This record gives sequence, C-alpha cells and structure tokens, in this order.
Amino acid sequence: MALLMKGNEAIAEAAIQAGCRLFYGYPITPSTEIPEYMAKKMKAVGGTYLQAESEIAAIYMVYGAGAVGERVMTGTSSPGFSLMQEGLSFLFAAEIPCVIVDVMRGGPGLGGLGPTQADYFQLTKGGGHGDYHAIVLAPFSVQEMVDLTKEAFDLADYYRNLVIIAADGILGQMMEPVEFPPVAGRKLEPKTWAASGAEGRPKNNVLSYYLTPELGEAENLRWGEKMSRIKETEQRFVEYEMEDADYAFVAFGTSSRITETAVDMLREEGIKVGLYRPVTLWPFPEKGLTARLNQIKGWMSIELSAGQMVDDVKLVVNGKAPVGFYGRQGGMTPEPEEVAAAFKAQLLGGE
Amino acid sequence: MSSALTKYKFAGFGGQGVLFIGKVMAQAGMLSKQQVTWFPAYGPEMRGGTAHCSVVISTKRIGSPTVGKPDIAIVMNEASYHKFIDSVVPGGTLYVNSSMVPELPGREDIRIVRVSVNEIAHEMGEEKVANIVMLGVMQAITPTVADDVLEKALMELAGKKPELAALNARAFKAGQEYAKNLC
Amino acid sequence: MKAIFTKTAGLSDRPFHYCPGCTHGIIHRLIGELLEEMNLIEHTIGVAPVGCSGFCENYFTCDMIGAAHGRAVAVATGAKRARPDRFIFTYQGDGDGASIGLAETMSAAARGEKITSIFVNNCIYGMTGGQMAPTSLVGQKTSTSPYGRDAATMGYPLDLPKVLTQIEGAVYVASVSVDSPQAIKDAKKVLRKAFQVQLDGLGYSFVSILSTCPTNWGVNPVEALEWLQTKMKPHFALGELKVPATEGGSEA
Ligand SMILES: Cc1ncc(C[n+]2csc(CCOP(=O)(O)OP(=O)(O)O)c2C)c(N)n1
Ligand code: SF4
Repeated sequence: MALLMKGNEAIAEAAIQAGCRLFYGYPITPSTEIPEYMAKKMKAVGGTYLQAESEIAAIYMVYGAGAVGERVMTGTSSPGFSLMQEGLSFLFAAEIPCVIVDVMRGGPGLGGLGPTQADYFQLTKGGGHGDYHAIVLAPFSVQEMVDLTKEAFDLADYYRNLVIIAADGILGQMMEPVEFPPVAGRKLEPKTWAASGAEGRPKNNVLSYYLTPELGEAENLRWGEKMSRIKETEQRFVEYEMEDADYAFVAFGTSSRITETAVDMLREEGIKVGLYRPVTLWPFPEKGLTARLNQIKGWMSIELSAGQMVDDVKLVVNGKAPVGFYGRQGGMTPEPEEVAAAFKAQLLGGE
Repeated sequence: MSSALTKYKFAGFGGQGVLFIGKVMAQAGMLSKQQVTWFPAYGPEMRGGTAHCSVVISTKRIGSPTVGKPDIAIVMNEASYHKFIDSVVPGGTLYVNSSMVPELPGREDIRIVRVSVNEIAHEMGEEKVANIVMLGVMQAITPTVADDVLEKALMELAGKKPELAALNARAFKAGQEYAKNLC
Repeated sequence: MKAIFTKTAGLSDRPFHYCPGCTHGIIHRLIGELLEEMNLIEHTIGVAPVGCSGFCENYFTCDMIGAAHGRAVAVATGAKRARPDRFIFTYQGDGDGASIGLAETMSAAARGEKITSIFVNNCIYGMTGGQMAPTSLVGQKTSTSPYGRDAATMGYPLDLPKVLTQIEGAVYVASVSVDSPQAIKDAKKVLRKAFQVQLDGLGYSFVSILSTCPTNWGVNPVEALEWLQTKMKPHFALGELKVPATEGGSEA
C-alpha cells in the first residue's frame, strides 16, 4: 500500500531497508528530516545514528565505517556538502563504498533554503581534489528517491565507489505517495578488502596514498578504467514524448517535473517537443542523447542554476544543433509557461 | 469529479493544524487513485509562527508541488488572509476563519466563505478541531474527492485514539452541516 | 533620574525576529549598551554566526561580518590580525562555537587571539528547529535525540568555558545567565570586563551566557526561565571562571 512520505524520510527509510545501519550527519535545512528519521528509527533495527560535530567529521565517520565494510550513509545540504569535499576525494582514493545525499539549497555562500541544482558542477566534476568521480543519481519524485537510494548502496558496493543522491529542497520537503517494493539487488562479492579485523586472514590496509609517482599513475589509470566501465554500463535516462519530437528539453530532478508540464503545454499547441531526463548526472547519459542527434533540431537545458548541465549537453550535441538554456536561481523555480516561452524565444525564433 | 488538477493552500499559525488538514486532503487524493503532492513552507518562512502548505491533486503527473495560485485556499488567521487573498485564481474559493479574521476588504472575482470555525469547535468542546470543521465546510462546498474518501483519509491520519477519531469525525460532520445551511 | 529603558545607540530600530521569551534579545541589548558606553561603536567589527542570531548584523550598529557556520572565530582572527586597532567580537550559538566550530574556538584560545567571543548556550539548535546541541543535557529530548540524550551513545554536555580555563591564551573566561534583573546586571559587568581585556591587549576573552529557547524546548516563556534555572544551571560552571593574572587571578 502506498504511503504519503516526505522525500527526505523516504530516502532514510529506503536506506534502512537497503541494509544501511550507520548514519552520521550534521543537521542542515532542507535535509534535516534525514538525520531526524534516522535518530528515530535506527534504534529499532539495531543500527546507529550519530550526530557528528560537523560535516567534516561526518564524512570521515563515513570513511571509517565504510572502510570496515559496513553500509553507511550521510545526508546534508549544499554548505555541508561543500565541507565534505576533501572527504569525497579520500573516499574515492581509498575505494570506500558509501552513499551521500545532497539536498541542494540556494547558494553560493550561506545562500537560501529554497531548491536549486547549482551543485551540479561540484557533484559531477568533483568538488574535491584529484581525478575522481562519484556516481551521481538524480531522482525526480519521492518514489524514485526510494528506488534510487536502494540501488545506490548496491552500486557503491559493486564498484567500490562513492554514490551521491542529488536532490533539492522541493524533493526533500514534499510528500508524495510511495511504495517500498522488495528489490532483488545485485550479486555482490564479499568485502574481502575491508579493514574489519585480520582474524584468520592476512591483514588489510585501506589507504588513500601512494609513495611513488609511478605507483600513483598506475593507481590513477586503474581508477580511470573503473570510471570508463561505469560510463559504459551505468548511464541512465528517461525519455518523455521523445519518439516523434523535433525539439527536446534536457532536465533532471525538480526542473524535469516542471519541464514535463511545459512539454504538454507546447504539444497542445502542436509543437513536437520532448524531454530527455538524465537519471545519472555522472555518468552523464550521452548515449541516449547521441541516439537522438539526427532527429532533434534544437535542444534546451532547463536547470535551477545559471546553467551548468548545459555544458555537458553542448559537449554531446557538439554543434550539430542549437542548444538553449533557461534557468532560475537562488531558490526560485520556473513556471511551465516561462519554460515554454523561453523555448519559443530561443529555439523557434520568438514565435 | 471536478477538474483534472486542483491546487490548494492551507494557511494559519503554528498549532492550528493547517499542515495536518493538507495531509488529510493529500491522503484522500491518494486514496482516490489520483496523483498528489504535499509541500510545506519550511525554514525561516516559519519564523513568527506562521505555517502553510500546498497540496496538488491531479489526474495527471504533477509538475511542481509548489502552489503560487491556489484554486482553493483555507486561511485560519488574519496574517494568512493578507498573505494569500490576492493569490487565489479568479473563480476560486477562499475559506476564511472568521473567528480570527475580521471583516476585511475582499475580492469580487472569487468566492469568499467566512465561517467562525473556532466557535463551532468550541461548542463541540474542543477548539483544537477548528481545522477539521473547516475541512468539512470545504468538502461540502468545493469537493474534489468523495465524502467517504475524505472521511476515510481523516480517520487514517487522526484515528489512533478512538476518542480523538470520534471527535474528528464529529467536527468534520459539523463543518459539512454548517456549510449546507450556507448554500 | 536616569530612564532604564532608553534605547541604546549600539542597537538599530529593527524589531528583533526572535521568538517571544527568547533571551537572545536581552544579550543583544547588553552588548549594544556596552558598545555605546565604552565608545566602541565606530571602532568595532562584529562577527555574526550561522544560527538564530545569524541575522544580528541587522541589530548591532557597528560594522558586522557574517561568517560560515562555525567559522566566526577564524573570521574574527583574520579581521583582528588585519586591524589590530579594532575591537572584534564574535556572537555565536553553542552549535556554532562548541560543535562545528570547536576547533576554531580552541585554537584561537590557544593562540591567545585578542578577540572576544560571546557564546550563547541554549542547549539546542534553534535555527534548524530543535536538534541536539553539544550542550544538550543528558536525557534531554530533541529532534535528533527523540528518546532523550543517552550518555552512553551521545555523551555529555560540553561545558566549554570550563575547558577553556585550562588554556593559557584564554585570559578571561566567564559564564553567566540573563534569567533575572540581577543576573542581567552581573552579565553586563562580566561582558564589560571581557571587552576591557581585549582593549588592554591581554588575550582571548570568552563569555558564555545561558539562554532560553522556549520554541524548541517546547515550553512557554515563563517555563523556559524555570527550565534554565532548574535544569541548565546545575550542569554548567557559573561565574568568573578565570581572570587575568593582573587582577590577582590564577590559572583557575
Ligand atoms: C556547514 C553548515 N552545516 C549546517 C548548517 C545548518 N545550521 C544552521 S544554524 C545551525 C545550528 C544552530 O544552533 P546554535 O549554533 O546552537 O545557535 P542557535 O540557533 O541555537 O542560536 C545549523 C546546524 C549550516 N548553515 N552550515
Ligand atoms: S528558535 Fe529558540 S533560539 Fe531561536 S529565536 Fe526562537 S527561542 Fe530564540
């Protein structure tokens, strides 16, 4: 039976159902219901909720729990996510699986509490140092927050990589009906690499450094190969009204919901337009977009930012068609009418 | 029943239970197999003690859960009246708790229903259910889900203690009855 | 006769945004009065935290800098080293100063930074809606300690001023409250000394002030004062905990 649940609570519940028994976090609006839910529910399942003294501490608590091989999560919002960046780089290098939720809010700076998607660069290009990537999943509904959270733990374990769930103030705060269907999950190898105590086996080290540049390069190449593998197999997207479309929007998360309404409005006017919705922000789903290149006469990225994902769209479109952009910032969201009007102005020459 | 997409705003001060009646409405929408979203005001917007939430009920997938221009709004105190009266779409309905909101300049292009729900609830012996009385009023005048579905939703969310459930059911009925005399 | 409630030039006309019964406002007034009385308004740079008092730049009439959460003392250090002639204070909540910014507080104390920190301890995170603070009492119910703070897993309230007395560079450390007219007078005296310590270039001065949060404690303003007096006070060392050696103070 479906339940009405807030996005933040749904993520927390899904994590518990996925076997996550450790949560470390520091309160920050609009993600606070995640730690609050964990504080309430972890006890009953024998898990641990711990309020860290800061997001810096939280991410390194995650590092510790992940390194011993347990399923672990933290959740935060943009300023807290910024504080975690050093830790993300370390988690990647030590190949520690974990799940991190960023419920994005208005920035830069202390910003505001409204929804944005302006952490896109930080999420997908790496806000910490070095060549690394997190797998970044972008749900667009509370149900998808549940489904992708469960999946995130599997992906993290499977690739020994950090996975980030990119939500925003609207998705985190709103309630929608959700269900928690049991999922089969991936077949996963036992974590023989974990530093969980060397009882009956040779000792393990979980480290993030190398001593010589030669080793450093070899490690980076190996990680690069892993990134290529993820790019090859994990790209995800959903298409809406794309079959006969002449034009296409690209939008994820909250902005994709609004854009879907804009698509319906434009179609009612007889304009054949569709929506290409990335579900993985990293790897950016180039494949599906490439497959539509010969069909689509113009693309338009709709974002709650000054225009960040639009760069990735342009890289794939590579000059074959015009690429427009429309966005709102600072916690504002566009109305579907605005999106439709911007589309007409930029791609139909202001009809 | 009525149009394919209905947008609601429920507003008042903290403790008046406006988030709760929003949830009941969303739950009822869900029970009647429609798409629903419920979205609260959060963060510093809540300072000063005001609270409000937006509910969307639709036969199709809902884009944004935020509601700038409600079709139907309930305002339980004066601050909310001022905040939301201009936002209601022309032809929409505004339900005003006249126990807390004095006669004020209104609008010609919307229907304004004034009900002293605090007094009605008080007569029932529990002023706390003024919100539920208002829900009953709204259901009688601008229903978007069936009566029994809304009642079921109310029971699912409020019905943990039998006395409370009964009180809520009575408050809901009282609101409906009152509204019937208004029509 | 001098009117007691004249407005101080240290505060603006903006009405406070604090909840009814919150003592942040009283503490603001004391600071505003001292800035005026000590002729500091034009020579002061205040640093605002992130927390309920994160909008205090609207109230103090001196120059103000808004810091990131927990970084007020670092910002103040930067400002003081840039302008040693200025009077620099931070205004911080317990989360800001004793949790996310604990390292900054301790390090500034160790360096003997010539700044003044005003640390408002309300045993809770007000701004974000009532989560557990580093100063929350054992057994205290908050939204992230819904079953009460359990010492075995969540530890004990941190009495930061007491800890700071052990640090050489922290030369003046006091802990007061503002729960009665007398307490308010005493708090002002202590704040004045803390300010003077900085003006005399002696080192770091730190004043902790027990404060109410009726909203997130879930009580009314009167009950909040009672809660402060009966629940909070027994758990925190109060008074002048450390005074400069010149005043005959010892290492506490
Ligand atoms: C990096 C970062 N993490 C978290 C937050 C959210 N946050 C804002 S204020 C605050 C704590 C407030 O408590 P306190 O410092 O005790 O001050 P009070 O509001 O109680 O006066 C938190 C966690 C933030 N703004 N930035
Ligand atoms: S939430 Fe608490 S600390 Fe913040 S203004 Fe209200 S009473 Fe004061």
